[in-house]
Amino acid sequence: MVAAVSIVDVVKHFGALQALAGVSLEIAEGEFFGLLGPNGAGKTTLISSLAGLVRPDSGMLKVLGHDVVRDFREARRSLGVVPQELVFDPFFNVRETLRIQSGYFGIRKNDDWIDEILENLDLTGKADVNMRRLSGGMKRRVLVAQALVHKPPVIVLDEPTAGVDVELRQGLWQFIRRLNGEGHTIILTTHYLEEAEALCNRIALMKQGRVVALDTTANLMAAHPGASLEEVFVRTLQQ
Amino acid sequence: MSGPGQRASAWEAQLTGFLTLFYKEFLRFWKVSFQTVAAPVLTALLYLLIFGHVLDEHVTVHGVRYTSFLIPGLVMMQVLQNAFANSSSSLIQAKITGSIVFVLLPPISYGAFFLAYVLAAMVRGLLVGVGVLLATVWFAELRVEAPLWILAFSLFGGALFGALGMIAGIWSEKFDQLAAFQNFLIMPLTMLSGVFYSIYTLPSFWQGLSHYNPVFYLIDGFRYGFFGVSDMAPQYSLAVVVACFAAVAALTLNLLKRGWKLRA
Ligand SMILES: Nc1ncnc2c1ncn2[C@@H]1O[C@H](COP(=O)(O)OP(=O)(O)OP(=O)(O)O)[C@@H](O)[C@H]1O
Ligand SMILES: [Mg+2]
Repeated sequence: MVAAVSIVDVVKHFGALQALAGVSLEIAEGEFFGLLGPNGAGKTTLISSLAGLVRPDSGMLKVLGHDVVRDFREARRSLGVVPQELVFDPFFNVRETLRIQSGYFGIRKNDDWIDEILENLDLTGKADVNMRRLSGGMKRRVLVAQALVHKPPVIVLDEPTAGVDVELRQGLWQFIRRLNGEGHTIILTTHYLEEAEALCNRIALMKQGRVVALDTTANLMAAHPGASLEEVFVRTLQQ
Repeated sequence: MSGPGQRASAWEAQLTGFLTLFYKEFLRFWKVSFQTVAAPVLTALLYLLIFGHVLDEHVTVHGVRYTSFLIPGLVMMQVLQNAFANSSSSLIQAKITGSIVFVLLPPISYGAFFLAYVLAAMVRGLLVGVGVLLATVWFAELRVEAPLWILAFSLFGGALFGALGMIAGIWSEKFDQLAAFQNFLIMPLTMLSGVFYSIYTLPSFWQGLSHYNPVFYLIDGFRYGFFGVSDMAPQYSLAVVVACFAAVAALTLNLLKRGWKLRA
């Protein structure tokens, strides 16, 4: 079976700084995968390499078997990315934003699915509001919605819950879990470790551009009996 | 395995992606058309009223009264400046706000990306050009000797400056850098191109230099379409303009393909 994501020996420098020091990872279809690590560990750089936003110095990345450089169309069609930065296009309202994003992926009539996403992210009432007028948390929800317009089989969420209220966080996870249940592969980065512990079946821990721990959540927890994921995280990073 | 049906739908998806990006770029200026279309029309009208008033009595060029001579130059100048402004401001704004990711994440090919931005820039340039023409035509006699030349030069002018705007927008990291590009390259090129005069009234050094300015050929050929007279043969001017566009398009496509300054 072809892996949802396959990453081999990816190295990336920004000037003298080594952001990725040879990362290899394989994520199977249907996994709920956690990519954790302290600030600057290289999580976003790795995700950006997968999405074609960053061009690695060497190594290879594939989404569902499609090389992200050679086969970029298929790779990008298979991938939905929620970026970490809170970005938006101030010229459009929420529905326009989602219709335009659908069009970029070659999808013309997408209103049924857009309505369903809006409903699930509690944005229905904001559909006709200009992006500029939304609160930070609502802008974040639109970012999630934008990543889902083309029903990507692999969904990457780079800190999707930063600045999002408790109620939506619950709603968001319910929705993402449902998508995971329907077969979508989920890759999540977050600094809320309870979230990762509750959601992810497998976790990679990154530090200074390397994967320093990679195992099922259960195994990671079992190696440190009685400890929370946060304690496991801290101990592993100190080693 | 990709059968023919699948290939057709992939092509259709590309077309939809391209049309959507074009439509988005069109909406971006159309939603603020007061600033992006009406304002440049007013600027051109002011130029015409002031220069025309001062010089019309005293100057004829190629046997054409000055105000009439000036109109095509002003039209072309605004086509070029607005085509440039459209693609460059859109790209730098998207880069600075980070919303550029929305067009970098989808499977849009770099060729479609190029076409969408250039086409939207041309549409804005041409809308402004038509606006300037409609606003100024009342103030002077304007003949139309060869409309196809008018069309050809305005299309290629818009395309050339739309593509230049893409390069400027991709290269700039800050608004001041874009402003420098505009003030030190685009403005001198357009102002020193014969918008306001025939280059044959210039000292020979400046005349010679003007022949290295592609905008000179754009304006001269465009003017030929109205009056049937020009400094250079229009065929020759069009060849120069098309060659410049081909070179700038090739450069832009190459930058996009490599992801220069767009993909880290
Ligand atoms: N475009 C860039 N130019 C220069 N340096 C960069 C760039 N992007 C990232 N870096 C550097 O690369 C390193 C890894 O950054 P990255 O954003 O991948 O970390 P992260 O694990 O996502 O951190 P966080 O948890 O804070 O989001 C950092 O040292 C960062 O400063
Ligand atoms: Mg990050």
